[in-house]
Amino acid sequence: MAVKDIEQVGLDTYKFGFHDDIQPVYTSPKGLSEDVVREISRQKDEPAWMLDFRLEALRQFEQKSMPTWGADLSRIDFDDIHYYIRPQDRQARSWDDVPDDIKSTFDKLGIPEAERKFLAGVGAQYDSEVVYHSIKEDLEEQGVIFLDMDSGLREHEEIVREYFGTVIPNGDNKFAALNSAVWSGGSFVYVPEGVRVDIPLQAYFRINAENMGQFERTLIIVEPGAYVHYVEGCTAPVYATDSLHSAVVEIIVKEGGRCRYTTIQNWSTDVFNLVTKRAVAYRDATMEWVDGNLGSKVTMKYPAVYLMEPGAHGEVLSIAFAGEDQHQDAGAKMVHAAPDTSSLITSKSISRKGGRTAYRGYVQVMPDAERCRSNVECDALLIDDRSRSDTYPYMDIEESDVAIQHEATVSKVSDQQLFYLMSRGLTQEQAMAMVVSGFIEPIVKELPMEYAVEMNRLIELQMEGSIG
Amino acid sequence: MPRAPSACPGFSRKNRRKLGRAYARCYVWEEQLGPARSPTRTILQPARIVFLGDHRRETHSLRMTATNGQTTLSIRDLHVSVEDTQILRGVTLDVPAGEVHALMGPNGSGKSTLANTLMGHPAYEVTAGQVHFKGQDVLELETDERARLGLFLAFQYPAEIPGVRVASFLRLALNARREAEISVMEFRRLLMEKMQMLRMDPKFASRYLNEGFSGGEKKRNEILQLAVLEPELAILDETDSGLDIDALRIVADGVNRLRGSDLGVLVITHYQRLLNYIEPDRVHVLIDGRVVESGGKEVAERLEAEGYERYGAAAASEDA
Repeated sequence: MAVKDIEQVGLDTYKFGFHDDIQPVYTSPKGLSEDVVREISRQKDEPAWMLDFRLEALRQFEQKSMPTWGADLSRIDFDDIHYYIRPQDRQARSWDDVPDDIKSTFDKLGIPEAERKFLAGVGAQYDSEVVYHSIKEDLEEQGVIFLDMDSGLREHEEIVREYFGTVIPNGDNKFAALNSAVWSGGSFVYVPEGVRVDIPLQAYFRINAENMGQFERTLIIVEPGAYVHYVEGCTAPVYATDSLHSAVVEIIVKEGGRCRYTTIQNWSTDVFNLVTKRAVAYRDATMEWVDGNLGSKVTMKYPAVYLMEPGAHGEVLSIAFAGEDQHQDAGAKMVHAAPDTSSLITSKSISRKGGRTAYRGYVQVMPDAERCRSNVECDALLIDDRSRSDTYPYMDIEESDVAIQHEATVSKVSDQQLFYLMSRGLTQEQAMAMVVSGFIEPIVKELPMEYAVEMNRLIELQMEGSIG
Repeated sequence: MPRAPSACPGFSRKNRRKLGRAYARCYVWEEQLGPARSPTRTILQPARIVFLGDHRRETHSLRMTATNGQTTLSIRDLHVSVEDTQILRGVTLDVPAGEVHALMGPNGSGKSTLANTLMGHPAYEVTAGQVHFKGQDVLELETDERARLGLFLAFQYPAEIPGVRVASFLRLALNARREAEISVMEFRRLLMEKMQMLRMDPKFASRYLNEGFSGGEKKRNEILQLAVLEPELAILDETDSGLDIDALRIVADGVNRLRGSDLGVLVITHYQRLLNYIEPDRVHVLIDGRVVESGGKEVAERLEAEGYERYGAAAASEDA
């Protein structure tokens, strides 16, 4: 009758895989060994300290066991992965090989031609040199450095050496260790004291970047009183050559500085996305993570803020969207290491077609960190009865003079809501999309305009399906 | 419960897609004549074509014709059950184009069941009978298709949709029944005009749909939607419940302004109170799933004086 079986509302994303029959010119052999790590470092002509950092990380990786919590990672075969593909060899695909479905998704999202090729892995070079150059000149005038991590290491070795691996040491966890051993690409951002960067820095502005690599490494340093908004990823689907994406992002925000880091992750649904993101915020500094996880098979990601000095503030806003065979295990971590620090975590998750989401959060207040405030709100929306959502809110409070709040809700799209919206003439897909976009609205409104628009269009696309 | 997508097989969703541009052209043409489903059927309704004219008097005189001949909503021997409990036991009712009819009855008589069934709520199962609207078999249509055909239900308990602003929802709903999208500016103007008519604060437009609304705000919001979407038949389900006297006046005033040649109204209410403000052309009394009496407004007045007891013991036991 009027409201169809919920199962029929197709929210399918990527039924298609993506394969690459053309052999790149240089690819490391499959599997991980000291030789592979040495070869990566040699190819990049890195200083000796970086090679040592990598080799130590490799030892850590080999010693550490897999996490025993979170999503099922048993299907990752570390011996079946290429750990390094030279970026100039990556552009071996032809536009003709890109499946029509993907092309039409780009169409519907209104992605510009040049960008599409980049996203589909046809060209590693995003063809917007003109745009990029003018931005780059402005940035250079202000003393801002915005490079891919490899160039950053070559051109600003002293800065990189001072901060690299200080927020996330090479033995932090198994996947951070893996990244530390084989990292390639990512961004290096340095904002000098007092400089406000007005436009969001977007990873894909960088030309010929290795930023879509599997083991990217990003380092952002915000000097006192400076501000930057960094955006990585995009709402359009991204196709990976290997099924493991393990990035590391380290951010340092100094006194009175502010950094916002926005991620929209939309990997194809065969990818294990295991990312370590951590920031330290000093006196009166603000760090905000805005994190959207739409794609991938499994995501495990818990952006963290260490609030080191009084007045520091940390925020995590996250959206997770899990469909068939997807498991989004996401959350946040806030460590209050000083008095008068505050944090806010807002998490929204949507599960459909048997998909699974989890909020996993950790709030720690150290002894003597008086007058801390922390507010955690996590809301889950279930689209059907087969889907699942879990909440694991860990709190470790060692100081009594604090204000900590935690609120969790789980709701379902009700027949009553759908009936109401449809009684005004919206189709079932439109009605469903409207409920879902309303649910994530508090976070979407924090996204840069073009991302917000794309995000809503993407939700609508995902609601289109087998009806009719 | 899958059903044929449309009463007009030539314009089922699948065929529409197949027809592509050809259908779109039909649809534009159809749109000019109002939201009827089938072009063929539309041109067979002379009254509707005249409604497009600017001459108020002319349409008015034609309304009389329509009242005499044309029936917009026709319900025949409708039986409805909810979770295997029979609620409606053979309702027969006509609401001719442009008329205001009141449906009165005690709690549990089936008033809201009728409203929800007419709009196609999935929990209500039609076991027998027919419903036609503008000549079309309504029971064959999905809820959204009924809405686009011109049916409207002002809900007794409107659902809350967090995060969706009143204005963005209404614009999408309005566009759902238009071929060409209304421009943002034009929509803004229209919305403000209607909100002014209902004496609503402009800030209301950017609130989240029904979330945290008071009872009165919810009802007023329903009437705002009615005013913006301009359906041909509006069912008001207990719109008076939970309203104080001032809000009741504003809501009734809004309905009265919309009332006219185009809009037919079925006012569902327990009490006669609302009918002091919205004067009905006809009054029907629903008891225990059947219409037991129909007449002019004197029926409502007598109910006010004597209560539902006069219709038998079944109804006597309850009251709000």
